[in-house]
Amino acid sequence: MILVAGAVAVTLAALEYGRQAAQEAYDRLLAGAAFQISRSVSVDDSEVVVDLPVSAFELLALAPNDRVVYRLMDSNGATITGREDVPPPRKISRDTIYYSASVTGETYRLASIKRQFVERAYIGDVTIIVGHTMRARSELAWDIAQNALWIVLVAGGVLVALTVFAVRLALRPLRRIERALLARDPKDLSQLDVNAPHEVKAMIAAIDRFMARLARRVTIMQNLIADATHQLRTPIAALRAQAELAAGETDPARLRAIAARIHNRAVGLSRLTDQLLNQALVIHRSDAAEQNIIDLRTVVMQASEDSDHDTLSSSTDLRLDLPENPVYVRGDALSLGEATKNLINNAFRYGEPPILLTLRNAQTSEISVTDYGPGIPESDWPDSGRRFARIAGSAPGSAGLGLAIVNAVAEAHSGSLDFSRNADGQFVATLKLPPASEEKP
Amino acid sequence: MKSLFLAAGMVGALMLAFIVPAATEAQDAVIAFGPKNASRINTVLIRGSTDIGAFAPILKHFSERVPDLKITYEERSTNDIYRLAEDACKTGKGGADLLISSSIDQQIKLVNDGCAQAHSSPGTEALPAWSNWRNEVFGLTYEPAVMVYNRQLLASDEVPLSRFDLIDLLRPAGNRFIGRIATYDIEESGLGYLFAFADSQQATTFGRLIEALGRSKVVATCCSAEIIDAVAEGKYLIAYNLLGSYALARAARDKRIGVIAPTDYTLILSRAALVPKRAANPDAAKQFIDFALSEAGRSILSDASLIVSLGNTMNQGAQNLHATPPNLRPIAFTPALLVGLDRQKRKLFVRRWHASIK
Repeated sequence: MILVAGAVAVTLAALEYGRQAAQEAYDRLLAGAAFQISRSVSVDDSEVVVDLPVSAFELLALAPNDRVVYRLMDSNGATITGREDVPPPRKISRDTIYYSASVTGETYRLASIKRQFVERAYIGDVTIIVGHTMRARSELAWDIAQNALWIVLVAGGVLVALTVFAVRLALRPLRRIERALLARDPKDLSQLDVNAPHEVKAMIAAIDRFMARLARRVTIMQNLIADATHQLRTPIAALRAQAELAAGETDPARLRAIAARIHNRAVGLSRLTDQLLNQALVIHRSDAAEQNIIDLRTVVMQASEDSDHDTLSSSTDLRLDLPENPVYVRGDALSLGEATKNLINNAFRYGEPPILLTLRNAQTSEISVTDYGPGIPESDWPDSGRRFARIAGSAPGSAGLGLAIVNAVAEAHSGSLDFSRNADGQFVATLKLPPASEEKP
Repeated sequence: MKSLFLAAGMVGALMLAFIVPAATEAQDAVIAFGPKNASRINTVLIRGSTDIGAFAPILKHFSERVPDLKITYEERSTNDIYRLAEDACKTGKGGADLLISSSIDQQIKLVNDGCAQAHSSPGTEALPAWSNWRNEVFGLTYEPAVMVYNRQLLASDEVPLSRFDLIDLLRPAGNRFIGRIATYDIEESGLGYLFAFADSQQATTFGRLIEALGRSKVVATCCSAEIIDAVAEGKYLIAYNLLGSYALARAARDKRIGVIAPTDYTLILSRAALVPKRAANPDAAKQFIDFALSEAGRSILSDASLIVSLGNTMNQGAQNLHATPPNLRPIAFTPALLVGLDRQKRKLFVRRWHASIK
């Protein structure tokens, strides 16, 4: 579409250019002939005499197929020689005048010049008019236009070829990237090492960022699978052993005892599965979920209601201490809720009630859980956030994932999980989060 | 050599056959071919300045090709042809279908005034640029302007091969050429004027030439045939600027006549044919033009000495001449010929001519 419009515009321009160039060229021819004729005009004893020069007409014959007219007039408008029906120009001027007029039905281009005489026999002007038909002009105009079109066409072609070449050249780094990616081992998610110009660097950086994220996700998945296998193999083997034991047992009392053990094992296994899945969820969300401005008070209240402490202890054992004003952070409500629940559950499982759940808005937003148990020994604090860091004194049913989940959530929110003892020597686990800037939800 | 004598004989026979019955009709001769009574659409009227004798063969051959067409040929003076055509162009009456004139300048003027119609065919396309203007006027023949001399009265070392030789020959005071040089009267003969005007354009020797001619009391007279007769009889020794076609045809059968194509330059005239804008039967006229330009037509014109192949034929009428390749100057069909027809230019030129030649 653009090409067609361009072609039409170029054609019109070429035609107009050709017309003007031809007009100019042949106008000069006319002027030259008129001038030559004017030089041949003289005044003898009684009248104006014109000794028409053949050279002037040979000049006109350079437009080989055009008819020729000429007329010489004195200042009274009387024809000295030439055709009487050739019209003079409308305005009179001393300069050369070019104009078009119809003579016996055909269009002529005419040039007119004047020459002054001051002689005894004649005082006044002689007007010389010379003209020819337009055939040579049209032919030349068309010729020039054609040539111009050819040039434009060739130049256009060269331009297109150059563009294609330039685009190819510019896109060559992309081909290199493509080849580098194709040649890669499927497991290789390291940074791209491709030589590329500045313009393509941004794209390579984007690809690298994407790869890094992919690599992280893959690592997480691998870890998760490794964890799951590792964690699930032992309880399942134990279950199978108990079940085999039950198959060979006939004494009802011992059977019941085995069934009770199987039940305990199954409960432990289901909790472990829950935690594994929770961790997977939290880790997944930390990477993928959109982070919104949320009020931590809602998160904490929700977590205190959802936590399964009531299965472990009476509901009065959990006390909430919340500020009056909203505590805004940027984060994922679900992950944060899960982390809080884990803290509460840990406190119930390993500590002594009553449990105090505090939300404070200081330099950081802090969710703290305080209990009356012995807590984690100081020497084990640095390791407590790691997975399966089974700490001395932890219950045999625990998988050691609870604090790891909290730690992961803290990291995903650019926060941290800290342990401390308060003034009364009580154990405090705190999830610290950077507050949201002034924005409101 | 043989073929030319033969052709000349044929021409002579034809002349006898056709001129005699037509001679009764005033000055102009008329000849007709084809059916006696034909409708206007089957009639073509050709008006030409060529002698019926020279032109009849091609008309006859053309007639054999188009047997249903009545062909009428009127031989007229070039001035008559022009005047009638100009009237016909304005009024639409009395026009012919085809005009063939040796006055190229007048034909060019008719074309320039829009009195001709265009015609294009392989034959016209093949014409050289100088003998085709606007595809409206075409050169049919190829005839040199020559000097004719009496071979019995001029010694071979006297024969002028160029204009310079002629000027030298006429220079000595009281030479025997005084009153015995002839040329066309440029006021009476359109062809004479055309040749003289072309001479004035071709060379700077023109002034010296007319001066020499004037000193020798050149006789300016009319008509190729009469001049050639007078040369043969010895009344004139040399005739300047005659049409080569007539001279060669005559030299071929008259031992007394010698013909020279001047070696400094030889003017070439091509009879100009045009179809008038208001021709009643333009198609037949164009058909005739194409025939005349065809291989067959050219061969017939060649036999009638209307197409002269210089270098071969030339020496047949002038066997004692050296076969110097002449410097050929065709009179080109261009608007430059209009200059000669300009009222004032013509007046000035004739005045200049008469300043030397009384």
